[in-house]
Amino acid sequence: MMTRIAAWGAIILGVLYFLLPLVGMTEFSLKMRRGVYSFDAYAKVLGDPQFQQTFGYSVLMALATIVFGVLLVVPTAYWVRLKLPAARPFIEFITLLPLVIPAIVIVFGYIRLYNTSSWLPMTGSITGTNILLMMGYATLALPYMYRSVDTGLRTLDIATLTEAAQSLGAGWITILARIIMPNVLVAVLSGAFLTFAIVIGEFTMAALLDRPAFGPYMQILGANRAYEPPALAVIAFAITWACMGLIQLVTRLSKHSRALQGMEH
Amino acid sequence: MAYLDITHLEKSFGPNRVVKDFNLGIEKGEFISLLGPSGCGKTTVLRMVAGFETPSSGNILIEGQDILGIPPARRKIGMVFQSYALFPNLTVAQNVAFGLKVAGVGREQSDARVAEMLGIIGLPDLGQRYPFQLSGGQQQRVALARALAIQPRVLLLDEPLSALDAKIRVSLRNEIREIQQRLGITTIFVTHDQEEALSMSDRIVVMHEGIAEQVGSPFEIYNQPSTRFVANFVGTLNVFEGVVVDANKGTVRVGESDLQLKHNLAGMSAASPVSLALRPEVLSLTPESRKDADISGKIVDLNFLGSVIWIKVEIGKSTILIDMFNSPNTKPPAIGDKVKLHFASSDILVLND
Repeated sequence: MMTRIAAWGAIILGVLYFLLPLVGMTEFSLKMRRGVYSFDAYAKVLGDPQFQQTFGYSVLMALATIVFGVLLVVPTAYWVRLKLPAARPFIEFITLLPLVIPAIVIVFGYIRLYNTSSWLPMTGSITGTNILLMMGYATLALPYMYRSVDTGLRTLDIATLTEAAQSLGAGWITILARIIMPNVLVAVLSGAFLTFAIVIGEFTMAALLDRPAFGPYMQILGANRAYEPPALAVIAFAITWACMGLIQLVTRLSKHSRALQGMEH
Repeated sequence: MAYLDITHLEKSFGPNRVVKDFNLGIEKGEFISLLGPSGCGKTTVLRMVAGFETPSSGNILIEGQDILGIPPARRKIGMVFQSYALFPNLTVAQNVAFGLKVAGVGREQSDARVAEMLGIIGLPDLGQRYPFQLSGGQQQRVALARALAIQPRVLLLDEPLSALDAKIRVSLRNEIREIQQRLGITTIFVTHDQEEALSMSDRIVVMHEGIAEQVGSPFEIYNQPSTRFVANFVGTLNVFEGVVVDANKGTVRVGESDLQLKHNLAGMSAASPVSLALRPEVLSLTPESRKDADISGKIVDLNFLGSVIWIKVEIGKSTILIDMFNSPNTKPPAIGDKVKLHFASSDILVLND
């Protein structure tokens, strides 16, 4: 009985610890108009052309990062599982590096390697810098994307499915596109939503590469306004939670995941 | 030259030689089983034919064409796997149509072929189901239809019945054999189950430690095993030791009895040991007209199994098992009884190592 009470106590304490600041922040964001609650701060943020521009830019960058990440990670994780199982610990270590190397170190490395006087002057043009930023984002999202896809692949007998497809005349692209990708779609989407959430909130890389992304906009707004920053933070939280919710929704509704559960049984 | 010719095939994984000088010619439409225990190299041979393993040396030819340089996707060899390997994201019909779509077959033609295949495997109405909605037996039928849909030159079956329960296994093996005969497709079937191999095959290759120990019809493999391994692996066998009395006349002493073999023991000298074997079903406790030989022993164990009674008889230093049909009018013997085992001298197998 005592352990139950202690467990509930711990849960309530934890919930309060996380929710109280959120509630406080949300409440403050609604107090722009004196004496009454209003959505003025939200209206102001959403009506700001800079918000629309930076948010739009970050969404585009997130989508590009997701596409690039999927094209990079799915074939790599598949090939490592299929042909190079001994290399898995090494690849996992590489994919974990972005968690231990700060983004600022990565971006300074990029700037040193790809500046205007380097052999590949990517920072010399807007498109080049955008590509560099997208690759940086893909690096930051790598631990999540790789793990999601690798977990998805673990539920499949990819060696036998590959051989079955080969015996039916399929080449590598057909196997990846028609067999592997659809069967790890839920895992890929999980990685994609996490990537989206990371890119939307990322500050360091965008700021140091001087790109008009949502992260630097939030920072500038936070430094100069009172009510808009908490409204923006609530919006950012809502986007992240929506991504999480979508992961859950896709997982539950996916025909394929039900098929895979059926396979496991 | 045979339709599928495998010559001097070898495969090593590091220092381990898993397939050693494997030779086999398979005629068009023949059903061949590779039979052997785990690790004998049978699946490796199959995978080399499919193209999933590269031989260390040797050749594989289909209709005279060397297929070793051809990637698996272009060999036109169908394969059915133990784990079914159906694509979970595709329906039954899409699974069967997969190879046709890859080959660029038109929609109408493909639909007709899928319907034909589903008809052949007896699941014409399950095209829209997903694999997870099917039983194991149904999934394996779909896997068979998928492999057959592309009209392969050779069909490879890698222990396709192992994951199924006993009842389904028996019915599906009959269905597979029936479909194979109807379509006349050249088939290699890998199994460790002797009953499956004996009941389905035109010929059986018994493999042991990477070597094809014997190739022959089920009748030959069962009744005339050429090595001790084949004799032991296929069916139940009573192996007992004897001593050569007269090699030219084929006389051997077992316990206290002298046995006269139907042939001489060329190359053996008097007093040298010899391994003999008898199937349990050729032995009886009562004399019969064609059973011209007997040996004496003592019953040491007896198991009543309903229609059959298993009796263990000690002869010299060896123990022999007999299958005796239960008859309500005949009282079974008891443990400790001294008995004579009757058999035809032509039933005695002399085992070579």
